[in-house]
Amino acid sequence: MEAILLQILNGLDKGTAYALIALGLTLVFGTLGVVNFAHGALFMMGAFVAVGVQNLLTISARVRDTSITFFDAYKETPYLELWWGDVGRTIIDYAVPISVIVAIPVMLLVGLAMERGLIRHFYKRDHADQILVTFGLAIVLQEIVKGFFGANPIPVNAPQVVATSVDIGSLFGLEGITYPWWRLIYLGFSLAVIGGVFAFLHFTTFGMVVRAGMHDREMVGLLGINIQNRFTIVFGLAAVVAGLAGTMYTPILSPDYHMGMEFLVLSFVVVVVGGMGSLPGAVAAGFLLGILQSFFSMNEIKAYLPGIDQIIVYLVAVIILLVRPKGLLGKD
Amino acid sequence: MQTIVASSRARDILLLALFSVVVLTAPLWATTIGAGYPDLLQKFAVFGLFAIGYNLLFGLTGYLSFGHAAFLGVGSYATVWSFKLLTMNVIPAVLLSVAISALFALVIGFLSLRRTGIYFSILTLAFAQMSYNLAYSVLTPITNGETGLRVLRNDPRVLDAALGVQVEGSPLADLFGITLTGYSGFYFCALLLILGFRVSLRIFRSPFGMKLVAIKSNQTRMEYTGFNPQPYLLSAFVISGMYAGLAGSLMAIVDPLAGAERMQWTASGEVVLMTILGGVGTLIGPVIGAATIKYFENIFSSFNDQVLQQAFDFLPDWLADFMVTIISPFVGDGWHLTLGALFMVIIIILPGGMMEGFRRIAALFGRKPVKEGQA
Repeated sequence: MEAILLQILNGLDKGTAYALIALGLTLVFGTLGVVNFAHGALFMMGAFVAVGVQNLLTISARVRDTSITFFDAYKETPYLELWWGDVGRTIIDYAVPISVIVAIPVMLLVGLAMERGLIRHFYKRDHADQILVTFGLAIVLQEIVKGFFGANPIPVNAPQVVATSVDIGSLFGLEGITYPWWRLIYLGFSLAVIGGVFAFLHFTTFGMVVRAGMHDREMVGLLGINIQNRFTIVFGLAAVVAGLAGTMYTPILSPDYHMGMEFLVLSFVVVVVGGMGSLPGAVAAGFLLGILQSFFSMNEIKAYLPGIDQIIVYLVAVIILLVRPKGLLGKD
Repeated sequence: MQTIVASSRARDILLLALFSVVVLTAPLWATTIGAGYPDLLQKFAVFGLFAIGYNLLFGLTGYLSFGHAAFLGVGSYATVWSFKLLTMNVIPAVLLSVAISALFALVIGFLSLRRTGIYFSILTLAFAQMSYNLAYSVLTPITNGETGLRVLRNDPRVLDAALGVQVEGSPLADLFGITLTGYSGFYFCALLLILGFRVSLRIFRSPFGMKLVAIKSNQTRMEYTGFNPQPYLLSAFVISGMYAGLAGSLMAIVDPLAGAERMQWTASGEVVLMTILGGVGTLIGPVIGAATIKYFENIFSSFNDQVLQQAFDFLPDWLADFMVTIISPFVGDGWHLTLGALFMVIIIILPGGMMEGFRRIAALFGRKPVKEGQA
């Protein structure tokens, strides 16, 4: 029982990341009908917003290290710490939450620029062309990031307060199940974002128009609504969702420039499993596949089926595509 | 895009002859553009073959596969195993690789071709990633995991042992006594490239090829005329998988090593790039695309700031510095950036690739292009 619960918890953080990326992918596919292979790059850029903010906050000066008296020693101290002491240190400690605030406008701009500059010229082209041009864009974006930040993973730390683990087992009356605080926060944050997106689509007039446009774009256009502009904003929203997923993921996985590609492949699998164009499907499939993946990584299962943990996600995708081509929750 | 041009047999023979001459004299003319060394020429030929095969599927039927690197990897592994267990002679190795990758392609193709469009792409991607992940982990006894599979001196090689062939030094691939390294390796690849091109030409001109084009232009209409597209699609998939296996085998022949990274999906992306860059659905385009990309990879990635400074020596200092600053992110380590940008430009403004570019230039000068690649 403990083992199963533990695996479910372990699967949740990957699953939430998949779900968030897949949510954005599905939004873009459902509204604009565009298959966006650069979506993983948006996730990666979100992660590097956190790296950038951390680098900015820790711009340092060389100061004399007074604790060493035998010789002249210098150490790097961030300006923030020099100016504001403890307050500065706290700000640096909270680099990731601050980056979340920074990431929203940055990713929105990136998304809008991408849609206006490139994607909108590809509405009428076939899926193959869309895949290829966004694949090219993904390469360009990741090379630019590599040019600025180098090829190595850069560690980003969660705030001290939540760097520890929480004894989650005691809630259920079980012994010895601990879970890092940050992953719990990631889960809560993701659920909030997912809930926010759904609320936005279902409880606002704007969202209602977007949903109508997903259903029948031409009809909405004929009613005198500029659906194109709204879809552009939806693309920006999808970019923000992917970016935030990346920003918040940095304490869990040190970002490097090709992390987007790795997540992209799996998120596409997630989207297809959930059903192309189905938002609840994408979210459900994200959680499902994340949990399945960690479940099949258990030694007990690996002993019977060696290597199953490496392929389970793809295997599920293949089976679903062959048996239920529209995905779990897709409509015909 | 697929215009049907009446092409005479004589012109095809001319095309093939021209192609053969250009390929076989590559060591001569490649020196003038700084590509005159066997390693690079071998790559031209190997990736040319890979792209020709990929084009038979994507170019003719329009099915975008993201999993062809898996067949390349399977071909490489099969060749290295043939070197390890049978003989260092390349004939069994090539045959074995092509046969095994065909079998692989048959299974994957049979399942993937049940779906079309993006679903087909994802299915092939999923199969390729499964192969890659397995090659990296549980299949280590067969693939030697991260280290890669190597040919060792004390491997059994039963056929060589039975014939009493001794290996001195490190074992190298040979063809009845001719060691296939350097230029001999290139000529072996070049001959197979010409053969592969010939087969591709035949397919383009055959009724079979016409049916593949019919699938691309309108599959439903084809079904209404009484043809079942499935067998044709599967044949095209298997044939292109065999090309990939052959390319993988050649890769392992000129450098007897096989690694799992050859199977990763980005490697599949590379062949898509080559095909698109050269010209999808054209005969020669994929080869040109493959050669261009490999050329850029080798030449561009060797550039650094000093080389650039020398290149812009003739300019005034401030302008030279400016040019170096502008260009340096795109060369050396950054050549991927060039590749990605080039790729986007091609897709956006020249979807027919370099072949379409040539045709437009030729049209500007008001004469018919010599190399008409279209079927």
